[in-house]
Amino acid sequence: MQPESITQEMPRPAAAAAAAETVLTVDKVSKSFGDNHVLRDFSLALHRGENVVVLGKSGSGKSVLIKCIIGLLTPDAGRITVLGQDVAALDHAAMDRLRAKVGFLFQSNALYDSMTVRDNLLFPLRRHWLAHGPEEEDALVLQALDDVGLAQTAELLPAELSGGMRKRIALARTLILRPDIILYDEPTTGLDPVTAREIDHLIREVQQKYRTSALIISHDMNCVRLVADRVVLLVDGRCYAEGTYDELARNMDPKVKEFFA
Amino acid sequence: MPDTSLLAETGEITSFAGRFFREGFRPRYELAELLHQCYVVGYQSLPMVGITGFIMGMVLTLQSRPTMAQFGAESWIPTMVGLTIIREMGPIITALIFAGKIGSSIGAELGSMRVTEQIDAMEVSGTNPFKYLVATRVMATTLMLPLLTILADAIGLYASYLGINMKGTTTLALFVNNILSGLTFGDVLPAFIKTFFFGFAIGLIGCYKGYFSDKGTEGVGQAANSAVVVASLVIFLLDLVAVQITGLLGLN
Repeated sequence: MQPESITQEMPRPAAAAAAAETVLTVDKVSKSFGDNHVLRDFSLALHRGENVVVLGKSGSGKSVLIKCIIGLLTPDAGRITVLGQDVAALDHAAMDRLRAKVGFLFQSNALYDSMTVRDNLLFPLRRHWLAHGPEEEDALVLQALDDVGLAQTAELLPAELSGGMRKRIALARTLILRPDIILYDEPTTGLDPVTAREIDHLIREVQQKYRTSALIISHDMNCVRLVADRVVLLVDGRCYAEGTYDELARNMDPKVKEFFA
Repeated sequence: MPDTSLLAETGEITSFAGRFFREGFRPRYELAELLHQCYVVGYQSLPMVGITGFIMGMVLTLQSRPTMAQFGAESWIPTMVGLTIIREMGPIITALIFAGKIGSSIGAELGSMRVTEQIDAMEVSGTNPFKYLVATRVMATTLMLPLLTILADAIGLYASYLGINMKGTTTLALFVNNILSGLTFGDVLPAFIKTFFFGFAIGLIGCYKGYFSDKGTEGVGQAANSAVVVASLVIFLLDLVAVQITGLLGLN
């Protein structure tokens, strides 16, 4: 039996966010793999400058959701609009242009093993034709590395970095494109608590410095508490509850309490 | 059912090859990556192919010498070894060594990239990963294997010359003259042409196995292993087809 959504009972978390421009809309999206219905009529809105965390159990469809948003997977039904563009209607060229404005931090970091940190950062810049000469490239790489506090690592290979450093470099590779939206896929998974908190603070710093909007997939409650302006609870493919961290923490619904107890 | 999965996989590899021809020759052209891959699969295979070619020529000569001597046909050794190496042994042994070294390396590399989401990262970085990773590697193996085969043939023949001189005396000029007198374009061209197909098959199968590798490190190992096994089998099948075609054309 599917759980009933309690989303309607939750008050809007922040009036300011509601009034802000919507940069990403997920409207009744469904996605199945065979008989496994991962997303069922899932809806979500992300406003400019806002951090929204999608919270859910492992295997609940969180990563599928952001892969649908970035166009790595195609939803079976529903509509996803990013920066005013319907993702399903875009051809390859238009999709690439949109992807230049949407950063994606992969759970496994997805750094290219055979490239130095510098080349990893330059890769998306060059592929999106956003670099204009070596001097500008150097400046952008330095700025991105500086943003994540790893300015001295440009010539190192990913294998020479710790897990936390690799996560920061992956974030720097995302930041170098100056995206409007950043999608974080479980940014603190596999990190020790201290490094995980550093990444959480970095996510907040990026939001404040660049006014980026972020959709963060996580089941790390410390991460949720530190980075979320708003939390969406995903249960059985549906948006089960939505609100600020404090609002959901006070919610007495058993499925919500499973996470916030 | 094994038959069904074999047929299904054959269909999928054929479809993968079709995608290569559809996408591989359209802009955006990945020339820098193609040159890099030519360096990786070609230049870095030189030592292995050279050593194998040398041993192939030397062993073939030393083992055939006693039998040829029994018939008083020692002077035919260069011609026989030349024909054997150029028509068959050079292409097939170089292709098998190439499949072992490069096919497994491509399977493991792409498999690892799939598992660690690097292929997805490429796609969100404005890159068609099929063209950047697959098309360039398949083109590189297709272009480099014929060159490596020519090199292996040359080294194998020189090793044969050394082998003959271990128990007798022959000048290099006479050795070369004996080989050339027994060769026709019908011997050289089909052998050269089939190496392009061998190279294409090795690159394509390595890429296919890696690109669609299952999640996890076990999947990476399986991709590398099955890339070598399937490519080696396909090399023999292609060789059989090549023999039939050259027979039909009257070149055998």
